[in-house]
Amino acid sequence: MTANAVEVQNLQKSYDGVEAVRGISFEIRAGEVFGLLGPNGAGKTTTVEILEGYRRPDAGTVSVLGIDPRRPTLDWRERIGVVPQSGELYPNLTVLEHLRLFAGYYAQPRPVNEVLELVGLEEKASAKTRTLSGGQRRRLDLGVALVGDPDLLFLDEPTTGFDPGARRAAWETIRSLRSLGKTILLTTHYIEEAQRLADRVAVLRRGEIVATGTPAELTGVAPASRISYRKDGERIDLQTEDPTRVLHELTGEALRGGARLEALEVHRPTLEDVYLSLTEETE
Amino acid sequence: MRLLLHQLRAEQRLFWRTRELAFFTFLLPIVFFLIFASAYGDEEIDGADGYLHLLAGMIGYGAAATTFAGLALLLVIRRESGVLKRLRATPLPAWTYIVAVLASIVFVFLLEAVVLVALARLAFDVALPGRPFSLFAVLLLGAATFAALGIGLTALIRSAEGSSAVVNALYLPVTFISGAFFSADAFPAALRAIAEVLPLVHLIRLVRDVMVFDQAAWDRPGAVAVLVAWCLVGSVLAVRGFRWEPRER
Repeated sequence: MTANAVEVQNLQKSYDGVEAVRGISFEIRAGEVFGLLGPNGAGKTTTVEILEGYRRPDAGTVSVLGIDPRRPTLDWRERIGVVPQSGELYPNLTVLEHLRLFAGYYAQPRPVNEVLELVGLEEKASAKTRTLSGGQRRRLDLGVALVGDPDLLFLDEPTTGFDPGARRAAWETIRSLRSLGKTILLTTHYIEEAQRLADRVAVLRRGEIVATGTPAELTGVAPASRISYRKDGERIDLQTEDPTRVLHELTGEALRGGARLEALEVHRPTLEDVYLSLTEETE
Repeated sequence: MRLLLHQLRAEQRLFWRTRELAFFTFLLPIVFFLIFASAYGDEEIDGADGYLHLLAGMIGYGAAATTFAGLALLLVIRRESGVLKRLRATPLPAWTYIVAVLASIVFVFLLEAVVLVALARLAFDVALPGRPFSLFAVLLLGAATFAALGIGLTALIRSAEGSSAVVNALYLPVTFISGAFFSADAFPAALRAIAEVLPLVHLIRLVRDVMVFDQAAWDRPGAVAVLVAWCLVGSVLAVRGFRWEPRER
């Protein structure tokens, strides 16, 4: 048993000569939520589908729960859960029937009532899938992936297309999964989602990892803090690596001179600033 | 075994809940039998009692409708909607799944054949088959042949939207020229020659021989050989062309 749930070394994958993933390496520790953040087409889904065993890498080594996904075993499948980026279920089965059907595939499933509660579909238990809203279907996707009680869960863009309220509810669910001790690989192109949910984030751009770390670490190496205010009707913007000192000097000077710093604001860099500076195309 | 039964139960539930599929593949041959048998069942067709002729034809039509068309449609829809892909991530073994899907659709066909035979007996006073085991063997051979071809066909269909058009365009004309509804003698020789190469006419002939002339299944080795040959062709296509993942990206 390794401490890392997932280990990826120098992973490469091309489709028809186009390099989708260009030699990436990362590891996911057991029990953490790992975010793979990047714009569309950065190689997130390719990476995840290699880890899930759907695609074979061209080069590199991959270990998922100690198994090479190129040679998946049924025992291994018992321990992983997959929420694909797209796809339907059976339109004529109810929510409960879906959960019972998939629970039957596993040796030790999680009780379906618990899963219903976890994904918040208790009231829709006897509704046919085709009557569900998009968000409810996505929650059923999650339920179907959870019913086997997996140790490792792959969530490929779980909230794409959600309205803000539904997204927040989904985040709550994912947090509760983390507290159940699940290891989660989450791909997303929403910066806020990675920042709120992930213990660690890898930023993927054009098939390469351009940064890895906790959200705090990533914002720590970020562009400088910004201080802005208005003086004599003129807006002034300062960038500084040392906002405390600069602010002290500024306010001190203003007080001594009896002036006011109108609309004084200090902006800490967000993951968004980092992400944009890392993923912006410089062509 | 527990998994197989679990999946088989689910397949049955899925089939009967998909009303369009159940109607066009299970019910329609039965409805057609009742309509056509009341219209011209009492005439003699090709030297046989019209009811029996039509019964054998509708059993053949049913085999094509369920195990060929129904199976192909069901698999394409599941493939394109991503259900098959999702199943690959679960510990359900691929063979268990495929056996359950096949067993389920073959069960539907056998049930359809039983209903047809029973209706012929009750409504038109047609004698029950004298050689039930031969009939059963012939039906299984037909089901296996069409199921193999049905899975093979899924490789040629790219999208769920176009699938029923493709499938219907293939098997409905073949059903007509194979003489399922009325004698094929009136058709041009070229059409009959095409039908002779395809499996359905041979299945219908085998069913008719077993039921009308009380022959054993193996009394017509030529017809059996054609079905076996198509079964092998279908199996090769099925194994080579079957995909778990959607064709469209």
